[in-house]
Amino acid sequence: MLRAVMKLFGHDDKPSGKIAKDRLRIVLIHDRANISPEIVNHIKDDIIKVISHYMDINQHDMEISLSDDENSVALLANIPVKRIKPQIMSSRNMHR
Amino acid sequence: MSEVIVITSGKGGVGKTTTTANLGVGLAKRGNKVVLIDTDTGLRNLDLLLGLENRIMYDLVDVVTGRVPYKKALVRHKKYETLFLLPTSQIRDKNSINGQQLIDVCNEMRGKFDYILIDCPAGIEQGFKTAIAAADYAIVVTMPEVAAVRDADKIIGELNRADKSHIKLIVNRIRSHMVDAGDMMDMEDINDILAIDCIGQVPDDELVVISTNRGDPVISNKKSLAGQAYNNIVGRICGEQIPFLNFRKKTLFDKIKQILHV
Repeated sequence: MLRAVMKLFGHDDKPSGKIAKDRLRIVLIHDRANISPEIVNHIKDDIIKVISHYMDINQHDMEISLSDDENSVALLANIPVKRIKPQIMSSRNMHR
Repeated sequence: MSEVIVITSGKGGVGKTTTTANLGVGLAKRGNKVVLIDTDTGLRNLDLLLGLENRIMYDLVDVVTGRVPYKKALVRHKKYETLFLLPTSQIRDKNSINGQQLIDVCNEMRGKFDYILIDCPAGIEQGFKTAIAAADYAIVVTMPEVAAVRDADKIIGELNRADKSHIKLIVNRIRSHMVDAGDMMDMEDINDILAIDCIGQVPDDELVVISTNRGDPVISNKKSLAGQAYNNIVGRICGEQIPFLNFRKKTLFDKIKQILHV
């Protein structure tokens, strides 16, 4: 009920305590992994190089981040694919 | 056999020294023989919080350099007679003492006191490294604010690297009305993030400032919620099972909600 009233007055944002917790989770993953942003960028460039052999990808929308996965750190890459390169498909097929 | 405990936090201003003073008084009031060692060389304040600032003759630097035996530098508290302070120097800096020297002093005191509490300076430099060197375990003090929690995590990492993996957490200066409004993380949130055993949560309490003004730690004030919280932490350090305090006072709104079952 209170929430609904708050919404009426335009207070429907996430509570700031929750925001603090979420931000801390992310920043601590990076702190604990001890990886500099520069290295993450190198990894990103290398991934682009490899994937580009096989697919056209949207480099600008690509996201790479560290994430917490059950007590271990996971590297998450979100790579929007435009299309699979046809010559690769056919050359692969030829080798078979 | 003494227990040597370092009280640390990384960030300044979260209440390391206040916590050290209160736990010291609390442990002494239960009949333990306690010594508090201030290692915040150059920025000493533990003497002030205990009301002992006018009684210091020698300090930790005098002891580690062999100028005086530790007994000569100890200041006995008048009100709590089993409580002693080993103050540090206000003139020298953190590089005047190293970890091995503090280990030696603590080893000399071991067996003669029940608890040796070491008040650690802020930061992760030499002063921190010195302070943790002699400790059997660490109490990390933090606050429900992003900077304090991040620094606590860093300190926990440093403690683990130094093979001090026995760590307990105190969440200090919790404002319950902000927690209720969703605008402050609570002990559980911080516990989730840091994954360290919590030994206590202490509310933000104006009586802490007042007792600091007077130089008599708030744990002696039975009316203070922070004092009660510290007293519970002392009990837990002594091995008692004590449930965590609920800081919330029931407001009129709560009572109405209760009646309406919402």
